[in-house]
Amino acid sequence: MKSLIKIGVVFGIALLLTSCFDKSQPNYQYFPNMYESVGYEAYQEVKGVPYGEYAKYNMEAQIPADGSVKRGWMPYEYDDTNEGYDAAKAELTNPLAETEDNAAKGKELYGLYCAICHGNKGDGQGHLAKTEKFLGIPSYDDAVRAITEGSIYHVLMYGRNNMGSHASQIDTKERWQVVQHVLKLKAELEKK
Amino acid sequence: MKKVNRRNSISRILGTALALMLVFSTVAFAQDEAAIQAGEKLFKANCAACHKMDAMSTGPALRGVEARLDEDEGLGREWLYKWIKNSSGLIKSGDPYAVKVYEQYNKRQMTAFPTLSNEDIDNILAYTAQEKTTPPPPPPIEGGGVPAEAGVSTQVVLVALIVLFGLLALGLILVRKTLRRFAIANGTINLEEEIKRPSIWKAFVQNQFLVFVTTVFFLLGSAYFAYGYLMQIGIDQGYEPIQPIHYSHRIHAGVNKIECKYCHSSARVSKHSGIPSLNVCMNCHKNIANVSDDVKQEGITQYGVDYNKEIEKLYEAVGWDPAQQEYVNEPKPVKWIRIHNLPDFVYFNHSQHVSVAGVECQTCHGEIQEMEIVAQHSPLTMGWCINCHRETNVNFKGNAYYEKIHEQLKDKYGVEAFKAAEMGALECGKCHY
Repeated sequence: MKSLIKIGVVFGIALLLTSCFDKSQPNYQYFPNMYESVGYEAYQEVKGVPYGEYAKYNMEAQIPADGSVKRGWMPYEYDDTNEGYDAAKAELTNPLAETEDNAAKGKELYGLYCAICHGNKGDGQGHLAKTEKFLGIPSYDDAVRAITEGSIYHVLMYGRNNMGSHASQIDTKERWQVVQHVLKLKAELEKK
Repeated sequence: MKKVNRRNSISRILGTALALMLVFSTVAFAQDEAAIQAGEKLFKANCAACHKMDAMSTGPALRGVEARLDEDEGLGREWLYKWIKNSSGLIKSGDPYAVKVYEQYNKRQMTAFPTLSNEDIDNILAYTAQEKTTPPPPPPIEGGGVPAEAGVSTQVVLVALIVLFGLLALGLILVRKTLRRFAIANGTINLEEEIKRPSIWKAFVQNQFLVFVTTVFFLLGSAYFAYGYLMQIGIDQGYEPIQPIHYSHRIHAGVNKIECKYCHSSARVSKHSGIPSLNVCMNCHKNIANVSDDVKQEGITQYGVDYNKEIEKLYEAVGWDPAQQEYVNEPKPVKWIRIHNLPDFVYFNHSQHVSVAGVECQTCHGEIQEMEIVAQHSPLTMGWCINCHRETNVNFKGNAYYEKIHEQLKDKYGVEAFKAAEMGALECGKCHY
């Protein structure tokens, strides 16, 4: 009988050990010497950052000082207003050359960020438009809007009405590559 | 027999009148219906970008706009024609109501629609003049009970059953013991006979070969389980925490087919494939405040979640007021829980795997587009990393960096492709510095 109890205890412990892993919690670790970061990791929660607008939320990410310009980047000079839109539409031009690289990259980026609403052909018939999740997307050959490279860039940068800004997702050069692709789609739509 | 012509003339006239009325009314109704349908099509193609029927969007809600305008301002259809065809022109001409509307909605400029004919606009107005139809009430949940808790309840039932059976077995053993004691006391069982016939347990103990085999079996078994237990320490495969907002990858990436890199855009260019900031959410959810009724119902019955409430949580986090269509409150960051964690001494870079090697997201993260709640798919152990580096060819194509080395290696070894491991992807310093 005693040995039976012993076997039972061992078996019970084994069962307990195997059922330890709870999928809503991370698993146990054995001596996690260098598991936790000593330095600050991106997106991390950091307690006790004394400065910054979002310090009280313990965000590691902080907003750079207003007006600072980092290397390899220039601020966009048109305002997010109707006047800014008109000015960009009239004046702004694409600094990129029309190379194959740019065209391929533009097409890829367009597929990632624009085609879901605007459609692969740019006729406003993307998947979300077809399934009526997001309505009223204009075609690029819309004569009234008469988009130019400047206006496309401006809208990518700030968004317009129901379209949001995509500046956080694609950088300056990539935006111009997308602009190139959009103009190509526009030309194809107008041919028809 | 005398003919009676006028016997039921009144009822006949009434009947004819009724028939005529019905015919004409159905014709009129059919015309209306056609206009409404045409209007709906036009509305969805042109207006829905900024207007909704019942809720404020970039522009005001449009249901019954014509009647409202007539009642409040005394402006008729002619004004609407002018406004829709060229709103900015109307504002510039100094029309008082046009200027008022423009100021009221934060000087958002309405796109001009000179291509719409008066008839088109009539159709759109017919569509907007419709009464609001309430959707039919959702069907009752089949089977009853909240399915989200089904897993928990089956576990509870199982445990209860095990306990029950254990108690039963214990009871039986006790009963047997007592009965036996009674039997011995009564002399029904001859103890001496019993001793002559050894019990199965004793027979087993006496058979040394059997004992040896069982011991070996037990040793191997316990080694297997002990090793298995030790090997799963620190592995978080299947880790599935509850996030502060019930975000469904199934709907966004699966049903709506949004590209992975739309939201996780930094996977292309950065070491981190970051969690999208809330402005990316608002790119779409500025316009989408409610999920459709069937999606909502699906969420409640299958996952026990009201998706509309989750969108409200997003609005609260960014400080967006859907009624005014403006950011009014101070934004508060959402504390997402990170699932895929690597120890600090590993350097993993998303961009070189995603952009350079062209590895599909699903290879490492599983079929994310089918996960309602994300769970860790891969173990993320070193063995798992190394295994993939041993099996995967380096993506030489169109990469100028590899041109020279690829040519040289090709000539030397006479093969086209090289595994990542052969290019030094197993060296300690590559990942652990």
